[in-house]
Amino acid sequence: MSRPRDNTITMETFTEGLWKENPVFVMLLGMCPVLAVTNSAINALAMGLATMFVLLASSIMVSMFSRYIPKQVRIATYIVIIATFVTIVDYVIQAISLDLYNALGAFIQLIVANCMILGRAEAYASKYKPLKAIVNGLGMGLGFTLALLSLGVVREILGAGSLFGISLFGDQFQPWVVMVLPAGGFLVLGTWLLLFDWIKQRQIVLETGGKETHAR
Amino acid sequence: MPGDTLSFIFLNTILANNFVLAMFLGLCPFLGVSGKLNTAIPMGIASAFVMLVSSISAYAINLALVALDLEFLRLIAYITVIASVVQLVEMMLKKYSPTLFRSLGIFLPLITTNCAILGLALFQTFKEYNFSQSLTYALGAGVGFTLALTLMAGLREKLALSKLPGVSKGAALSLMLGGLLSLAFMGFAGLGSN
Repeated sequence: MSRPRDNTITMETFTEGLWKENPVFVMLLGMCPVLAVTNSAINALAMGLATMFVLLASSIMVSMFSRYIPKQVRIATYIVIIATFVTIVDYVIQAISLDLYNALGAFIQLIVANCMILGRAEAYASKYKPLKAIVNGLGMGLGFTLALLSLGVVREILGAGSLFGISLFGDQFQPWVVMVLPAGGFLVLGTWLLLFDWIKQRQIVLETGGKETHAR
Repeated sequence: MPGDTLSFIFLNTILANNFVLAMFLGLCPFLGVSGKLNTAIPMGIASAFVMLVSSISAYAINLALVALDLEFLRLIAYITVIASVVQLVEMMLKKYSPTLFRSLGIFLPLITTNCAILGLALFQTFKEYNFSQSLTYALGAGVGFTLALTLMAGLREKLALSKLPGVSKGAALSLMLGGLLSLAFMGFAGLGSN
């Protein structure tokens, strides 16, 4: 578990969460909040930031204490650490804005069950020094927030004709209601994934000069 | 109130407010294990069992926490109980059906982070269901989850045999399918209420 590893912090440590290992678009982790609360941009942003805080705080704790945690009970311990920080976030959001709290509903408490946070604790934070875990957690959290926003923005513009609550098109706009309903979440995320897959495939084609088109 | 009868809660949770397709809970196993029918159904049943046991435990825990005025510990208590129940299911499966245990692989311990189960425990607390209502709610959620998983697996098995453009293979297509299924389940919306 606690083998000495390379603890140098490079640019890669930070950026891999943004693009190469983006938790939502590449690794498909933490799907539930991604689809459930992204029906408006502001909800998406709040959810992203809340998740980022929990991810950072639990990364620090796990990274500091991992060598004292017995291997057999590590998952349970991580979950309890995460649940503690989620409880804090839950009460903080309730204190800051009751509207937001009601809009996000049970999904704030369900951050506990976000597999991205547990996955990061197990696969990264428990193996590296706190500083590196923080930098990586920051990248991952930002990547997650950006992914949520990219869904929230599309769904709010198409489904309600507004952005961050500001109406964009005036009264004539006929909202595409299905986009803010559950089905829209699936469709928008599917479309984003299609787009990214297409970009990746084009890169492969360009790099190999079209020889390995089928080698995906 | 008609919204509180047991049969209404049961049907409402399976169809109109299906945990996966209408409330976005438990999407990780929904996308991860729905590739084949013969792993999807056991996964659904295992999750349903965990739901049932954690629902009963959550009800008892909530009573104790309210009595002791310790409601801020609710989340931590629930997740710990769920993790233990999952461990129990894992040990039972390993003993009685090792092949199934291997085919479910990493997704079995990940039931712990299945938000459908924690969600169920939280929602029944928010809705202030009594014991029999909680039990019905858990049963409905389990059946609904298994139903969604089975439908998805059936569709994906068919799709695996058809010709598709290379780009759309994999997760993107599963999500599109999920979207269509979700649209279909919206037809049940008139049946229930939240």
